[in-house]
Amino acid sequence: MNWISNYVRPRINSIFSRREVPENLWTKCPECGTMLFHRELTDNLNVCTNCDHHMAITPRERFKALFDGGAFAEVEVPAPVVDPLQFRDQKRYPDRMKAAQKGSGETEAMLVAQGEMGRTPVVAAAQDFSFMGGSMGMYVGNAIIAAAQRAVEAKAPLILFSAAGGARMQEGILSLMQMPRTTVAVEMLKEAGLPYIVVLTHPTTGGVTASYAMLGDVHIAEPNALICFAGPRVIEQTIREKLPEGFQRAEYLLDHGMLDRVTPRKDMREELITITRMLLGLSPAIKGDLPPPKPEQAEDGPQGTEEAPAEEPQDAVEPKTA
Amino acid sequence: MNYLEFEKPLAEIEGKAEELRAMARADEGMDVTAEAAGLDQKAKAMLVDLYKKLTPWQKCQVARHPDRPHCKDYIEALFSEYTPLAGDRNFADDHAVMGGLARLGDTPVVVIGHEKGHDTKTRIERNFGMARPEGYRKAIRLMDLADRFNLPVITLVDTPGAYPGKGAEERGQSEAIARATEKCLQIGVPLISAVIGEGGSGGAVAFATANRVVMLEHSIYSVISPEGCASILWKDAEKMREAAEALRLTAQDLSKLGVIDRIVSEPVGGAQRDRATTIASVGKTLETLLADLKAKSRDDLVKERRSKFLQIGQTGLAA
Ligand SMILES: [Zn+2]
Repeated sequence: MNWISNYVRPRINSIFSRREVPENLWTKCPECGTMLFHRELTDNLNVCTNCDHHMAITPRERFKALFDGGAFAEVEVPAPVVDPLQFRDQKRYPDRMKAAQKGSGETEAMLVAQGEMGRTPVVAAAQDFSFMGGSMGMYVGNAIIAAAQRAVEAKAPLILFSAAGGARMQEGILSLMQMPRTTVAVEMLKEAGLPYIVVLTHPTTGGVTASYAMLGDVHIAEPNALICFAGPRVIEQTIREKLPEGFQRAEYLLDHGMLDRVTPRKDMREELITITRMLLGLSPAIKGDLPPPKPEQAEDGPQGTEEAPAEEPQDAVEPKTA
Repeated sequence: MNYLEFEKPLAEIEGKAEELRAMARADEGMDVTAEAAGLDQKAKAMLVDLYKKLTPWQKCQVARHPDRPHCKDYIEALFSEYTPLAGDRNFADDHAVMGGLARLGDTPVVVIGHEKGHDTKTRIERNFGMARPEGYRKAIRLMDLADRFNLPVITLVDTPGAYPGKGAEERGQSEAIARATEKCLQIGVPLISAVIGEGGSGGAVAFATANRVVMLEHSIYSVISPEGCASILWKDAEKMREAAEALRLTAQDLSKLGVIDRIVSEPVGGAQRDRATTIASVGKTLETLLADLKAKSRDDLVKERRSKFLQIGQTGLAA
């Protein structure tokens, strides 16, 4: 009797049918080809356990790992006018938006949150590359402005995780106007004397790089992230020559003086805590994972956003001999 | 005269009139006055008609017309005592960006602009108006100078975009553009920007984050070129007409969207047909706007500039 097909599989199915089953239980690392089990990958913050390749991570997943105990409060972003230009290409812009919203379960390409990180109150904003390439339109602009305003109100630093192909073309000139708009947001932080730390993740390109992503007090990038204004293909077409190995990657930018540091994702939280606490003149932080702050400690009381952990199914799939 | 593709019927009529006159010059017995005048009339009416209803893609072509007055022409005609100031004090002097001290009327100002060049030699020298990081850093330096000595800044925008090159990337094209935009938002002096041809993406924003932004009637200002947009969204660069429509890159649309403050009319047939009149109209507008802004305090100038950009786009096309 084949226990896998006759016993374990129905059990797995019955367990998973009660839970949200991820579409793909296995992910192939695009860099080294290793098949990675989704739990293993999630636990490692979407970094390949074999070759350290940094894959995309959603803002929500990132915030769970960043904030103490995974607890944070979302900062509300003023909703912009829908489809301000009535843009039509081969698809209607509102249809593209709906598809992106359905695919990601998020409203737009940026999530803003407030909480504590190593018991240090911070505001964080993260761009979602899976949402229309993380592209910067009115919403992303509004999100960064809202994040800066909240940081100023709370006298907290702003940590921004960038990831975008560039401007949202479907918002035309209004997407371009997010360059000055988000720069105004950065000025608000600077005038309030608050740290603004940019973490550049793969990829950060175009108008995003040429505005808020390059105006941080400290620039940290994730390993091998592509960071550029004009993409490698555009440049190759212009200069008609092959570009050097690693061109426009994080390590290359570090060598050329555009970044302060390149830091692996697993070390990012501790490093951000260390840097922000020094910039704020605070005592060294307690290291390691911390439980969520007690409600009375937190300003505006961050709400726990993590669901109660579901029962671990591992035991159930232990092979049982007949 | 360099005719644009959509001006072909006009070129034919004007050519016929020219041909008639040439024939008459060769043969004294021939009287073509009436016939040529008739053709002239027809051409004139056609020109008015063509330019009354330019499509967005046609406007792109007019905005890029090689005979259109460029930054250098405006500086020479509108300003006196122009004293170029060169270099970014770091790496090089970028010839795609002109800049220096000059007087607009009696007022000393700092003038900065993209220069495209007017023939093969100068176009190469000017890198077709595509600035490298040094160009933006020169602009930053000049804006700082203006701020320190309380001089208004006038910028003339005419660029296909920032230069996409290896060296430009290595030396921090993104950072340079971001810092130039930031500098625009920091200076406590009037900053007026005129888009005189092409306002190409981030390369334009770096100069045009101003208290007042004006555009010539047939100039364009866009997040991406219609060709670039077409190749990404339509997967076909030949769909640039559709992309130009969709992007809303004309002065008229930008005015509706509240992105620009004023449109400067061009002579019938576009700036390239009457350069002097165009330049004079821009000059008059700059002087009017400057007179208005001069009275404002440093704080107000910065505050108003910032809130103006924060407000942009709140209403979409319904603005
Ligand atoms: Zn791998």
